[in-house]
Amino acid sequence: MFLAAAEAASETPWIFENIWIVPAIPALSFLLIIAIGKRLPMKGSEIGLASIAAVFALSMFATYTWVDQIGFTGGHSEESAEGDTGDAEYSETESLGGGVQSVVLDTPGFAAAEGDESSEEKTESKPVPNACFADEDTGDSDDAEYGDDVDSADKDAESQSSDETDSGTEASAGIQTVSLTNPSGSSVYAASDGYETRGEAIITDTCWFKTGADSSTASGISVGTLVDGQSIMMLFVVSIISGLVHIYSTDYVNGDRRYTHYFAFLSLFTAAMLFMVLSSSTLQLIVGWELVGVCSFGLIGHWWEEKPNSDAALKAFLTNRVGDIGLLIGMIVLYFGAERTFDIAEINRQAVAGEINQLHLSVAALCLMTAIMSKSGQFVLHTWLPDAMAGPTPVSALIHAATMVVAGVYMIGRLYPVFWEGFMMPGTNLNAMAFIGGLTTVGGGLLAFVQRDIKKVLAYSTVSQLGYMVLALGMGAYTAGMFHLFTHAFFKACLFLGAGSVSHACHHSFDMKSDMGGLRKYMPKTFWTFMIGTGALMGIPPLAGFWSKDEILVGAQVWPGTSSEKPGAFVDDGEGFWLAATGGGDGTFTIPFIFGCITAALTAAYMTRVIMLTFFGEYRGGGAHDDHGHDDAHDTHAAADHDDAHDTHDAHGHDDAHGHGGLPHESGSRITIPLMILAFMASVVGFLNMPSGFVKALGLPEGWAHRFEDWVEPVGTGQFPAIDHAKPSLSLAVFATGLGLISILVVRGYYMKLFAKDPMATEYTDGLASKFPPLRALHNVLENKYYLDHLYSGVIAGGTTGPLARAAYWVNQNILDGIINTVGKTGVLLGRFIYRFFDQGVVDGAVNSSGQAAGLSGQFLRGVQSGQVRNYATLMFGATALIVAVFMFAV
Amino acid sequence: MTEFLNEWGITIMVFLPLLGVAAMMLIPKEAEGSHKAIALGTALVTGGFGAWLLTKFDDLSVEELAALNETGNVPLYESRQWIPTIKASFDVAIDGMSLPLIALTLLVTPLVIIYSLNHIPKPGNAKMFLILMLVLHTGMLGTFVAQDLVLFFVFFEVVLLPMYFMIGVWGGPDRLYASIKFFLYTLFGSALMLVSFLALFAQTGQETFNLVGLAEAVASGDIPLGTQVLIFGGMFMGFGIKVPMFPFHTWLPDAHTQAPTQGSVILAAVLLKLGTYGFIRIALPILPDAAVEWAPWIGGLAVIGIIYGALGCLAQTDMKRLIAFSSVAHMGYVMLGIATLTDFGINAAIFGMVAHGLITGMLFFIAGSIKDRYHTLEIKRLGGLLVQAPRLGWILGLCTMASLGLPGLAGFWGEFPAILAAYQPAEPLSEELFRVYMVIAAIGTVLAAAYLLWLLQRTAFGTPSDEFKDDPEIVDVKLTEWISWVPLLILILVLGFVPGLIFDITDSSAVEALKNIGVK
Amino acid sequence: MYLNQFLIFSAILFCIGVYGVLVRKNGVLVLMSIELILNAVNINLVAFGTFHGQAAGQVFALFVIAVAAAEVGVGLAIVLLIYRNRRSIDVSEADLLKG
Repeated sequence: MFLAAAEAASETPWIFENIWIVPAIPALSFLLIIAIGKRLPMKGSEIGLASIAAVFALSMFATYTWVDQIGFTGGHSEESAEGDTGDAEYSETESLGGGVQSVVLDTPGFAAAEGDESSEEKTESKPVPNACFADEDTGDSDDAEYGDDVDSADKDAESQSSDETDSGTEASAGIQTVSLTNPSGSSVYAASDGYETRGEAIITDTCWFKTGADSSTASGISVGTLVDGQSIMMLFVVSIISGLVHIYSTDYVNGDRRYTHYFAFLSLFTAAMLFMVLSSSTLQLIVGWELVGVCSFGLIGHWWEEKPNSDAALKAFLTNRVGDIGLLIGMIVLYFGAERTFDIAEINRQAVAGEINQLHLSVAALCLMTAIMSKSGQFVLHTWLPDAMAGPTPVSALIHAATMVVAGVYMIGRLYPVFWEGFMMPGTNLNAMAFIGGLTTVGGGLLAFVQRDIKKVLAYSTVSQLGYMVLALGMGAYTAGMFHLFTHAFFKACLFLGAGSVSHACHHSFDMKSDMGGLRKYMPKTFWTFMIGTGALMGIPPLAGFWSKDEILVGAQVWPGTSSEKPGAFVDDGEGFWLAATGGGDGTFTIPFIFGCITAALTAAYMTRVIMLTFFGEYRGGGAHDDHGHDDAHDTHAAADHDDAHDTHDAHGHDDAHGHGGLPHESGSRITIPLMILAFMASVVGFLNMPSGFVKALGLPEGWAHRFEDWVEPVGTGQFPAIDHAKPSLSLAVFATGLGLISILVVRGYYMKLFAKDPMATEYTDGLASKFPPLRALHNVLENKYYLDHLYSGVIAGGTTGPLARAAYWVNQNILDGIINTVGKTGVLLGRFIYRFFDQGVVDGAVNSSGQAAGLSGQFLRGVQSGQVRNYATLMFGATALIVAVFMFAV
Repeated sequence: MTEFLNEWGITIMVFLPLLGVAAMMLIPKEAEGSHKAIALGTALVTGGFGAWLLTKFDDLSVEELAALNETGNVPLYESRQWIPTIKASFDVAIDGMSLPLIALTLLVTPLVIIYSLNHIPKPGNAKMFLILMLVLHTGMLGTFVAQDLVLFFVFFEVVLLPMYFMIGVWGGPDRLYASIKFFLYTLFGSALMLVSFLALFAQTGQETFNLVGLAEAVASGDIPLGTQVLIFGGMFMGFGIKVPMFPFHTWLPDAHTQAPTQGSVILAAVLLKLGTYGFIRIALPILPDAAVEWAPWIGGLAVIGIIYGALGCLAQTDMKRLIAFSSVAHMGYVMLGIATLTDFGINAAIFGMVAHGLITGMLFFIAGSIKDRYHTLEIKRLGGLLVQAPRLGWILGLCTMASLGLPGLAGFWGEFPAILAAYQPAEPLSEELFRVYMVIAAIGTVLAAAYLLWLLQRTAFGTPSDEFKDDPEIVDVKLTEWISWVPLLILILVLGFVPGLIFDITDSSAVEALKNIGVK
Repeated sequence: MYLNQFLIFSAILFCIGVYGVLVRKNGVLVLMSIELILNAVNINLVAFGTFHGQAAGQVFALFVIAVAAAEVGVGLAIVLLIYRNRRSIDVSEADLLKG
């Protein structure tokens, strides 16, 4: 067995063992840009572009290798097993992947996992080896000392790594690569009892530092990379979006006074994000988590000359810092809960095997949730995200839509067993995560209605969609959540970059009401890509968002027919097992499901509003700006208080580009090409995870179905909780799409009527009341088709976009934000108070008064020092007499 | 030769700076150039020799070194007669706990001297200034290597005087008040500390001041717990004031604000560590049972210091005073780590000391440079540093990030492991209490971010005020500044990513220092 | 002859001397009072010496007389200097040691 394991391990693809190179490249690029960027002809952007190109190439290679290992197209059909790889050793994997669907795992569900019966899986699962104690072969003699008193499990690991060494793999400097299971299935997780494994993590790590020497509290903290489906997925997303944003930025930020710094920070961000994504230990995760935060800080505050920008940057950082309290404490609790380890794989294994007690898990999950609420903009801690739009638009697309803000969701996935087990409310199937997500998704969606600023609409939309992902993960729909993360990255990046392109044309304003309108005529490419992105976000089939959103709704297992029927087991109803996974099935997730449906409708409605205001009607920005060209556009705008402090460039990117007065124009190719690529991705990535029933119905090869799930969701690795998969339902898909379409039609109708009256208008100026003269009432009722239009558009849509959303926004701005501001102010006041009165008064006062006391007593005593010898003599005699008296009478 | 160096290496390192002092005494004070050259040369030679000496470190604790030394000279341990009448001996050693701090001292002093090359503060007199600096150097090195209580005490006090003069002569407008406060406060602590040392000597009755010997004597003897707690209390006052811990911290902001830049840097980088070092070198190993009694109180004061220092920072209007207050908060993390009495905590504390030395030292350097350019440190009047001196501004940004404990920079490894260690303190301590401390300390990280970023925003961001807009004196980083800062900046980055550089050195000594905790 | 009588006499003499030292302002009188104190001691020494039948008492008394002579010499010199500097021998005015 060990021979087989060694052989398999030695065949760990080169790219997975050396995946650290991927974050190292942009890190190096950051240093290079800082050092020499300014002196280069393209001001350092060429280094950034070259590094991101290398990252892109390596990521694609890694993705290919991973997908190849799981089975590229052939996971579910025989004919696809060959042809694409040619590597004999992987054919095993493929046939294995093919076998997955036929296996009925009698994995106990979550109910059993937290319950009494311990399955064989638990007894079989072995600790993940620790790089700090397992490197006997490669370490020096000191390390051998540690090896002597590790327990038998670690010895197991040692022998495994020694086998690796024997069979000729690299043995450099204590770095070990552990394939926890291996393609042949002859792993420590034992395939013998009918388990199949898929998507096992490949961990390459080295000892970061040790503490506790050889005492009982010894612990070794390792650092390294963990490659599995989830990290590969993220690698893919980050490298693509970052690459496109780099290209886009060369035009968008061109001529900026800190062009070089901008690219340096982009590189640093890419490095930090990849570092976080690939981290093998939670400690490393914290490092990456905060590093992306600091890049976000730097980029939000890119134009720090204006106070609002640096305020926004500070707010983002501090809000995240609040969440980080939870992150630190949560990780600490996990560290001790899992017997002193930071290893993600080991923590997951223990959580699945039930070796961490429930209290630890719950506390850890709760604390970590705070971190997620801040980083991923979940309700009550989301307020920084809209403010973060003060940064340059490409940054908003990259950091505040596609990658960094999903870090929280990513972490839930990374530590899914912890969250899944930890959030189980005792005795029920309820999962608190689902409710936090649900609240966020609706709250964010409502807020998106009342924004004038196109980027803020998108920001609230991001909040809403992140809520969707958390909702999905909370319901146990792991794949659905991850898939939504994946698709969302593309269409939201597309939308943000589209908004950037629009503002590029509209004098760098983001105000939809005053500076946009009718843009589809002027910038068709931006319009169409934006439309595709919007469609995907709304969930219009067959665009990407439809597939992922549908899966989330399915995952609630509330809609008739979606339940997995038999909780705790995979369902095999002859059509292959179905997509979304869940622990519901008994109506547990009804409320989250309803939230999800409401959001589906809301999303469609507010995005229609954006489209109508931006691209339809007449261009409203021209009149105000006819008298000046682009060069001074910024100044006028800053003065014109449009709530658009962002994107204030020193010099303009396209001084030459206006022969048409103040009218907008299409952006250059460096902006439109990334848009087109993203729009393309937004339309096709949804097909990666089609339900097999759908695939069958279309007569496509069976292997095309739920590829994403196979690639991302691990099976049987012992590090992933047992979750059940729901069955998709055509009627649910129709229902959800219908909801969206109705919203679109209602909102569109509202604006079409408005534009028909006045193409420049953005809202009705005369409300219902002015049209209510009693005599014409009946006529009007008829003319207005019983006011149904008004009811739909004016009252329902208007009511939602008006008072309700405004109230929500008011609460958001005044109460939630107010609390944060008050807390901040109180902190300062308290600090001032304590400093003035307590520190300077009491504590320092005590010190000073002891000095004064010494002085005063001196003042008193100096009276005795009269200089009169006779007085001294008197004292002497007196004292002597006293002493004598004392001795005479006392002794 | 090796034999000779084994026998005399540490002594040579400690007293090398005095050689420079002797040379400088002979040269008239007008020859500033040669004074600077000699001082720098001496510091560099000491640094080089010391660095070479430190490479002999072989992960041995003092106990092991002492045992090996019985059979023959070993590197990094020296023992010779000193004052036989009072049983004081000249025992010096370098182990994992002192090595990082010695390295820090060896590094920081030359850098400060380089910085002084064109930054001699008013009223001038480079000769005296640099002589004091070198005497300080000897004092600091001596304190870190001393293995004998009397020797430790002597060096501990030697440090005091040069710093007193530095603040009192070259300081700001309020220098006399600040220097007297600094001197008396510290002296008061030392007096109690000395009483404790003598009491310890008397109680053990072993006729030795050697640390290892005393630890063994206490462990095998039967000093009543109450007496031990009292003795620990005296040491607590001595070391706690130096740290400084919460209610005893008020000398620090004054001393820092008034001290010249070089004084602030040395004070922050090394002098504060004498206190924390005293705890882990003397108090904990010798009096483990008393340490257990004291730990909850120390931990409590530490977390109060964390929050309190942060709140104090939020109220400051002077940049230097803000940084000084932040030291109270940061040393709170160090003391929290120590109070947990766990190996992780002690390791974190030592890391925290080094990190705080590098980062806060750097921040004081920057504050000094800003003062040179703007002639004020009033935060309200500053602003737009990034516009006028972008490199200086970015360095300030990096250092504030490091100071607020950003992972990936050195500050994090002092804070996070200390917080972590508080989750599960040593066996006899109350877990519940320390978990409360842990949460408070974690909240402190938010406040740290708040005041540091606030500082950064108001000094570096924005646009310069009209007052300084066209001031020709405001230039970017100068050559001497680069030379003295780059090593610190590199270390801040490197330690942030390779924390093992320090953890692996300190670990076994830390475990050794704690071996008697909770045994009884 | 009883020892007591000598002792009482010497005590009276001593008290007069102390009174003179503490109260009189004239430097010369202070010196004279000191002489009285010394002589009180001498009487004690001689009395005890005789009482115990030893010569030591007499010898000590002789010593004291010799030292007293020297003391008076130095004392008068000081008084003279005070007089030269201040044109007065009032000791209460000599308070240079005042703190």
